[in-house]
Amino acid sequence: MTSAIVEQVLFWVFAISTIGAACGVIFARNPIASAMSLVATFFFLAGIYILLWAHTIAALQVLVYAGAIMVLFLFVIMLLSLSDHGPVMTFSPTRIAGGAAVVGLFVALVAVFRRLPVTELAWTTDAAKMKDFGSIKHLGEIMYTQWLFPFEAVSLLLLVAILGAVVVAKPRI
Amino acid sequence: MIQTISTSHYLILAAALFCLGMFGVLIRRNALVVFMCIELMLNAANLTFLAFARARGDDLGHLSAFFIIAVAAAEAAVGLAIVISVFRARGTVNIEEIQSMKH
Repeated sequence: MTSAIVEQVLFWVFAISTIGAACGVIFARNPIASAMSLVATFFFLAGIYILLWAHTIAALQVLVYAGAIMVLFLFVIMLLSLSDHGPVMTFSPTRIAGGAAVVGLFVALVAVFRRLPVTELAWTTDAAKMKDFGSIKHLGEIMYTQWLFPFEAVSLLLLVAILGAVVVAKPRI
Repeated sequence: MIQTISTSHYLILAAALFCLGMFGVLIRRNALVVFMCIELMLNAANLTFLAFARARGDDLGHLSAFFIIAVAAAEAAVGLAIVISVFRARGTVNIEEIQSMKH
């Protein structure tokens, strides 16, 4: 019972912080403030991932997203030394229509998700499965056997992305 | 009796995050902030994968999330390189002013 209360409290704390930080990304005037809000969003999301028993992915989230990707973003923001002028957002008819579409999408998604059957987590009685779930050992086993080809394909994708980034960002090739 | 946190809660959080990201993509004019909002949407997709992975007791969803993180890193690298080269050519990253391929 106490663990349910702890889960409840942690979920709401992390969920509200995540949404708040995500709003900060969108509404901050300064791109640096947006980037820092995004880092905060990633940290709070890592907390949510731990509540979902995905410890490995939570660690990767902090290392790769909050670490590597956001440093890249901050580097570019500071490299370009953007001066913010003009309004943060514009309200043309197409954009207002887009905003309305987003609200509609959210309402539709919530309506769908509320109808999910609550027959979940029946598998947690299986102690062996429970012990393995989301552990780096088990994920590594699947990744290097069954999913070896996608894993290697991702490494190739990263190589292509690095080369592409160098070629595109270079002033003269 | 307290209500436990179900998969629906996580999915609704993911939906909110996705819609916030989409709202940012549609509303913001700074290309860098638009990129950050795309990262938000990718994270919402990750959260959905992880929520269903826990609900079904199948951690292949974790592997999908791992691949999404890798693809997001590649996307950020190429996207930011494009932003840098556009800034070098045009002196701006305002997406309202970069529209020579639009008409």
